[in-house]
Amino acid sequence: MTLTLQYVIDALNVGGLYALMALGIGLIFGIMRLINFAHGEMVMVGGYAMLLLIDLPGPAVVGVSILAVVALALAIERLAFRPLRDAAPSTLLVASFALSYFLQNLSVLLFGARPKPFVFASALATDLQVGPVRIALLQLVSMGLTLAALAGLTVLLKRTSIGVQLRAASQDFRAARLCGVRANSVIAFAFAISGALAWIVSLIYSAQIGQLSPAMGVRPVVIGFVATILGGLGSLVGAVVGGFFVGALAVALEAGLSLELRPFKEAVLFALVFLVLLLRPQGLVAVRALRERV
Amino acid sequence: MRVSAAIHSATQWLLPLLALGLILTAIVAAVGMLPAGMQRVATDALIKLLVVVGSYIFIGNSGVLSFGHVSFMGIGAYVAAWLVISPETKQLMLPNLPALLMDAHYSPTVAALAAGAAASVFALLVGLPLARLSGISASIGSFAVLAVVNAVLSNWTSMTGGQGSLYGLPSYANIWTTLPWALAALALAWTYQQSRFGLRLRGARDDEVAAAASGVDIWRERVIALVVSAFFCGVAGALYGYFLGVIVARSFYLQMTFITITMLVVGGLSSLSGAVAGVIVITAFGEVLRNLERGLDLGPFTLGAHPGLQELGLAALMLIILIFRPRGLTGGREIALLPRSWWKAGPKAGGVSENCR
Repeated sequence: MTLTLQYVIDALNVGGLYALMALGIGLIFGIMRLINFAHGEMVMVGGYAMLLLIDLPGPAVVGVSILAVVALALAIERLAFRPLRDAAPSTLLVASFALSYFLQNLSVLLFGARPKPFVFASALATDLQVGPVRIALLQLVSMGLTLAALAGLTVLLKRTSIGVQLRAASQDFRAARLCGVRANSVIAFAFAISGALAWIVSLIYSAQIGQLSPAMGVRPVVIGFVATILGGLGSLVGAVVGGFFVGALAVALEAGLSLELRPFKEAVLFALVFLVLLLRPQGLVAVRALRERV
Repeated sequence: MRVSAAIHSATQWLLPLLALGLILTAIVAAVGMLPAGMQRVATDALIKLLVVVGSYIFIGNSGVLSFGHVSFMGIGAYVAAWLVISPETKQLMLPNLPALLMDAHYSPTVAALAAGAAASVFALLVGLPLARLSGISASIGSFAVLAVVNAVLSNWTSMTGGQGSLYGLPSYANIWTTLPWALAALALAWTYQQSRFGLRLRGARDDEVAAAASGVDIWRERVIALVVSAFFCGVAGALYGYFLGVIVARSFYLQMTFITITMLVVGGLSSLSGAVAGVIVITAFGEVLRNLERGLDLGPFTLGAHPGLQELGLAALMLIILIFRPRGLTGGREIALLPRSWWKAGPKAGGVSENCR
């Protein structure tokens, strides 16, 4: 019983992080048909921004580093993806791949390839004993942040005008534009949100791994990518569902696989992506506008 | 009249291939007179050319962007390693290898052919389901293949040595031993793209619905192209092992995928000349950047070492090409030795419609 509870907590915790990642990727895919590999580099930049600002008071570190990531997201959109807006989805995919590589190596050039130890809030590393269950404070904080981010995003998307426009655009971009939705502002808004989501991931993820490196964004983006596809590309609910699903699956595989088989966890996840693409290409939560028309 | 028309069409058919082969041979012959360091760069480029031409056979003709071709290269490299490394060395590195592989000891050429065949068989297995997908789903599916193969190669300790490396491969690859493979790949890629199979697939690339309506079995054509293209990627993997003498699973993952896709995209996805041009341009540009990366001593000025500069420059070049010249340097055309107007008969070389997207 206790063990099960521990697994559930772990799954929610890991899943929350993946859900945030998947949301950031899914948001952009929904309106632009772009799978943004460079999302991982936003996470990386968030980490390095915090490292550079570490001597400032806490709230300033948080505020300025969020601004830095959002500014990066907007710059990426303006400089790389806006000129390519009418290109084929596979061209966009290659472009984001190149961009991700560009940002990673820019970071190698500026900060060196070697990982840098980084602890933003060392107090988070303590463990809390709640009855029989052990919870790291970090886990509680990250779960709280994830929930707050999801709630905030829901309010933003359901209650504000730009949020409604964004949801409309992600259902049918052309029809939304015909109804007066401004393409540039809604896409820039989506990138800004995805930047903010990436910052939250960089806060939690860098605290979990305790270091920063130029390639640190690759793993989260690849897992987020899996979650987005399992959940259903283009669906925001699907991204969250997919994130928690992959989190649960990862914990289950970790617990269920024998020691020799454990390294193959990633292979199982990607084999699942392959199967989902073939058997249920619309994912767990289907989006109607994505069906290709002749 | 008829005979001259036949000769005319035959030369038109062959000239771009001959031109590409001659250019490549001339470059290799020129590099052969340069110091050993440059020869190694050229060998590396020829091996990448094999991967790029291999990938082109599928990507260029089907229009489906695959991120999975480097996994074929990885499989080829390990198959070749199992077959060429001496049994004594294998006893030390991989004591749990099945007896059949443990006792195998073949020549590099035989092992390279087997590597290509193994990659083709694997491509057939994943291609049967994968070829059903189109567009971005196919790209993601191929990426999943790459990730699964990498996870397996880097963790299957009893067969691949896991995260460690396999050594003891013969250092057989140099410019002269890789050139014939590269020329063979060019010849086969060209023959394929002019054959009825290639034409059907290119038709499907330009308009999937129209091709299907004209009776093209797109799934079947894609599987055929994938199997052919995987062969050369597998051979390239084997040669890469012979070139470095050592293989590690992580060298067949994102970095190699990035560099080969950059070559293909920069040169132009939809022509064989584009694939060759991309390899030459990116190798030359990469060499310049690599020298800058090490730092320069220009008399009064010195440039410090900048690790990461090479990749940075290549990624920037790729983005610039994608934005300003999305169809690559060659724009999807094949090389022409004589002006286009000389060929009065027949459609223009390459025959790519302007609105193929």
